[in-house]
Amino acid sequence: MLTHGSPPSPGAGEGHVRNRVALLLALVGVAAALALPFLGFAPNRLLSGKPVPLWDVLHAAPASAWTALLPGVLLLAAPFLPPSRPVLTASAVAGGLFTAGLVWLAGTHAGTLAATASPAARTSFGAGFWVLAATGLLAMADALRRLHLGAWTGAWVRFAAGGAVAGLVALELAAGRLDQLSILKEYANRSDVFADAVLRHGALVLAALLPTLLIGVPLGILAQRSPRVGRLVFPVLNLVQTIPSIALFGLLMAPLAALATLLPGLGISGVGPVPAVIALTVYSLLPITRNMAVGLEGVPDDVRQAARGMGMTPRQIFLRVELPLALPVFLTGLRVTLVQAVGLAAVAALIGAGGLGAIMFQGLFANALDLVLLGAVPVILLAVAADALLTLAVALTAGNRDRAMTGGASA
Amino acid sequence: MIALERVTKRFGSWTAVDAVSMTVEEGEFLVLVGPSGSGKSTLLRMMNRLIAPDSGIIRVDGADIAGLPPEALRRRMGYVIQSVGLFPHWTVERNIATVPDLLGWPRARVRDRVTELLELLKLDPRRFRTAYPHQLSGGQQQRVGVARALAAEPRVLLMDEPFSALDPITRGALQGEMAAIHRGTGTTIVFVTHDMDEALALADRVAVMDHGRLVQCAPPLAILTDPASGMVRDLVGREEWGLKRLAVETVARRVRPEPAIPPIPGPPVSSATPLHRALSEMVARGADRLPVVDGEGRPAGVLHLADLVRDPSAPPPVSPPVSPPVSPPVSP
Repeated sequence: MLTHGSPPSPGAGEGHVRNRVALLLALVGVAAALALPFLGFAPNRLLSGKPVPLWDVLHAAPASAWTALLPGVLLLAAPFLPPSRPVLTASAVAGGLFTAGLVWLAGTHAGTLAATASPAARTSFGAGFWVLAATGLLAMADALRRLHLGAWTGAWVRFAAGGAVAGLVALELAAGRLDQLSILKEYANRSDVFADAVLRHGALVLAALLPTLLIGVPLGILAQRSPRVGRLVFPVLNLVQTIPSIALFGLLMAPLAALATLLPGLGISGVGPVPAVIALTVYSLLPITRNMAVGLEGVPDDVRQAARGMGMTPRQIFLRVELPLALPVFLTGLRVTLVQAVGLAAVAALIGAGGLGAIMFQGLFANALDLVLLGAVPVILLAVAADALLTLAVALTAGNRDRAMTGGASA
Repeated sequence: MIALERVTKRFGSWTAVDAVSMTVEEGEFLVLVGPSGSGKSTLLRMMNRLIAPDSGIIRVDGADIAGLPPEALRRRMGYVIQSVGLFPHWTVERNIATVPDLLGWPRARVRDRVTELLELLKLDPRRFRTAYPHQLSGGQQQRVGVARALAAEPRVLLMDEPFSALDPITRGALQGEMAAIHRGTGTTIVFVTHDMDEALALADRVAVMDHGRLVQCAPPLAILTDPASGMVRDLVGREEWGLKRLAVETVARRVRPEPAIPPIPGPPVSSATPLHRALSEMVARGADRLPVVDGEGRPAGVLHLADLVRDPSAPPPVSPPVSPPVSPPVSP
């Protein structure tokens, strides 16, 4: 899972650069701060905004706002500091605080601008904000990686660090510091449908997950036990993956509509959640089935043989030996499936399945970028959360055991 | 203990085991030896029903194993394989406890048994109990593998080339351990190897297999002095035959119970020393006599070089291996 970056170069004497990744991030951050607009300010939601550079934001901000960016100073210095444990820990904390601070700064400045402008005026995030926020998070991730915490502790720490940044932003949200940002103004307009959309989105993903597991897990087990089944199943599932999602949604409309006229009582229709769930299931089958099969395939033969020789029944061999050993690889497949399904469910809004995709497409058709963001940001957060949770689960199940077992089949 | 009657196993057109009949006595250390493909592993794996014979009968304690539930049979027999096959997701303790857990032993008894076995196999329980297999060296892993096979106090231990993948020093240590465990517990052991030296060192009886047939089944000395065929002689090795011949006997067999007069310089050798070591000692010291002591360190007599060259208790000299007397294959 972890790829080890370039080792600290011993001969980097000239500039005393100790961490090239941190240096790159610092340079990108400085360039973004200077050259890209931090915010955009528009008189209303349909007009494109006037760029607001970071310098203007800081100029207008109260002195307290500056402190929000103080962690950035450490990030600028980090490339030249020795990669000791305290320095790396401080860099990780600084990366997280820097990102949270940027959000806070953006919210504060939006409030300042709103005080003098019409209620229709919008302050939205600019390219500079996104790049700087990303450098903060990447600096955090890089510092955590360089701490070499081991699979188990590392997974927990990464999970906690991500949670801490999310928690800080959530606090700013709860305190109302971000209310004047355009994305939250859009939210205020649609708070009634937003919660429904999030729930609907989650429900679509989970509704697809259940049949996926019910079909994919046995299919994976079968495919591993019988090569003939595998030769039949995997080409089909691979082919399905290559169909563009919109095309698949469209393809399902006609037969389902026909089915609906034949069996009117079942609540089936060519549009809406039913074809969406079917399509999501079909897409999710490949990673689940394949990783189940690959996970079982990875169980060493001698281990199986020993289990049999010890007098375990086939059922005991499967439940006590094969399944636990295949679990990390299977969970990796579940992670891929969930992240993919969260994204695909957004597209399903096109066939009337609802969810966060509906908000995104409304924004797209209305040319309201902030509305698109109101749909897209929660989709990203859902995907990131699912990814983080499952990554943690993989690390916990792989635990102390042989690392060779868990490396195999991440997609 | 285990009786095989005309046991045959074919894989397609290839006959892996061809009408083998033999018995393994209670408490015996029987070593199946032969080149690869000779059917020795297949024969072993039929004894705990990992492989079903095509014809023939295998009895354990008089009962035809074809009529026994295979899992119950296997839980009564320890099983050790070359690649160890420890469960990588379980600690050493849980690995060793596999069969006791399957048999539903109470927790405290399992725990005590694990401690006992770790100590028996010279693994410090405090250090190894909670370790995972990947943290162990190859030799330590196979020690755990042997402990796991012994856990439920089986009366029979089946070992399929258990030490072939280990380096010579580790292998030697584990062979010594196995000999001690066999002496200490009286467990019946059926041990498969392709290494004749290992077979001669460990076995009460050596069963030589070739092309699925049992060629000879005899004590190590008889295998050396009276090989049933050229193939057995080749397996023993024509080179250093004399040294191997000496290696299967101890000083106790050839010592003269006489006082060491005149006194012999140098430390005495134990009566349990294999004769080839004693010979090596004589060469190293430039002496043709060695003082011998028994297990408690009391003087037990003198070993003479002449008695190594010719066994005083066996009147007809051993025939040289080049032209042995032709004798039919020994089958019990």
